[in-house]
Amino acid sequence: MNSIVIIDYGMGNLRSVEKALEKAGGKVKVSHDLDDVRSAEAIVLPGVGAFGDAMERLTRRGLDAAIKEAVAAGKPFLGICLGLALLFDESDEHGVHAGLGLLPGRVELLPTRLKVPHIGWNRISAQKDSRLFKGVPNGSYFYFVHSYAVVPRLDTDVLCRTEYGCEFVSGIERGNMAAVQFHPEKSSALGLRMLKNFVSFS
Amino acid sequence: MLSKRIIPCLDVRNGRVVKGIRFVDIRDAGDPVEMASAYDHEGADELVFLDITASHERRETVVELARRCAEELFIPFTIGGGMRDESDIRKVLKAGADKIAINSAALENPAVINRCSKRFGAQCIVVAIDAKLNQKDPEKRWEAFVHGGRTATGRDAVEWAMEAVKRGAGEILLTSMDTDGTKRGYDIDLTRAVTEAVNVPVIASGGAGNLEHLVEVVRKANADAVLAASIFHYGAYSIRQAKEHMAAAGIPVRLT
Repeated sequence: MNSIVIIDYGMGNLRSVEKALEKAGGKVKVSHDLDDVRSAEAIVLPGVGAFGDAMERLTRRGLDAAIKEAVAAGKPFLGICLGLALLFDESDEHGVHAGLGLLPGRVELLPTRLKVPHIGWNRISAQKDSRLFKGVPNGSYFYFVHSYAVVPRLDTDVLCRTEYGCEFVSGIERGNMAAVQFHPEKSSALGLRMLKNFVSFS
Repeated sequence: MLSKRIIPCLDVRNGRVVKGIRFVDIRDAGDPVEMASAYDHEGADELVFLDITASHERRETVVELARRCAEELFIPFTIGGGMRDESDIRKVLKAGADKIAINSAALENPAVINRCSKRFGAQCIVVAIDAKLNQKDPEKRWEAFVHGGRTATGRDAVEWAMEAVKRGAGEILLTSMDTDGTKRGYDIDLTRAVTEAVNVPVIASGGAGNLEHLVEVVRKANADAVLAASIFHYGAYSIRQAKEHMAAAGIPVRLT
């Protein structure tokens, strides 16, 4: 039994996510095995890279369906970076690609005049109370590395926003499903605190 | 708003930090990972490790360093030293480094930047440039040096920075050989020349002797990040003090 399964679909190095979740007290397994994903108590979907590639890799292994099942079953789900973008209907990145469609909305290039990718520490402004941010002061800094941002159709899905020459959605939450644009595993003590919160309700 | 970053730099030889440090609460002041963790807890935004092991052994030591850091660091870190080609770089990234820094290899074979940026993403390719003012040049330009500052390349440092970015560098780590070690402040003119020439973040390095120097290079030269070694290692200032000083000067920094 693995309480938390980090889905490995070949998009980036997952070692730091794994180490951070362990540090946060989680029992963790990195896997692309469908049985592991199905038997998980909680799912983490990380990833960096291109949206289209990522969807293709998820679909090829049947992981897209497994993720939807887990979310529908009410299991705690945390998306990180690309794992946030993939939840939406579609993305503009290098042509239009369909996403998992778990949340209504799109993924678009950051509409900013500042340098893209947006890399570094930036602040979040929480839009609602979340168990994920327990002990994390509003306005805290987290570490970002991305060029695209999600545009949810529903304001109620928005967990937090961030300012970078434009205001973009840096986190979403709906029921058991949460996802953030930043990297909690690279965001020092407060990132670990957020992961600890996730572990505590997983 | 994006914060300005403070980046301590650690020189590592054969898996041990070369310069001594002030932290009183760590067991082993020579262990790069323990020292790096202390900096993480103190509020460092990122860390840079430069492996200065003799070059024939460095291919292995640099991968091992990345692997060990990835185990215990929860902030981004960059590793530089000895990587020659795509295969060396892949190993270090795979071992868990967030970014790699290349200097001599990039100048000797610039196509390595294109290949690695395309393969691994621009965000993890830092091109390090060691620059020195050419006193003989009537236009007073800066020249890029390689091999730890021992070899002049004849390349204009600012032009090289522009080319590196065009080829896919995600960041420039700019060290002034004129100010490095002087503790008299960063090279404002050089840093400004590069920040004005490229559209990727520039990390200023070389010359920090007090906290006002950090403010100065951000204000006057628009540096995105400041790298320093001795002012933190030898206990003159803590990261916290540095950030409070910058915050008081109106510079956005991550204070936790």
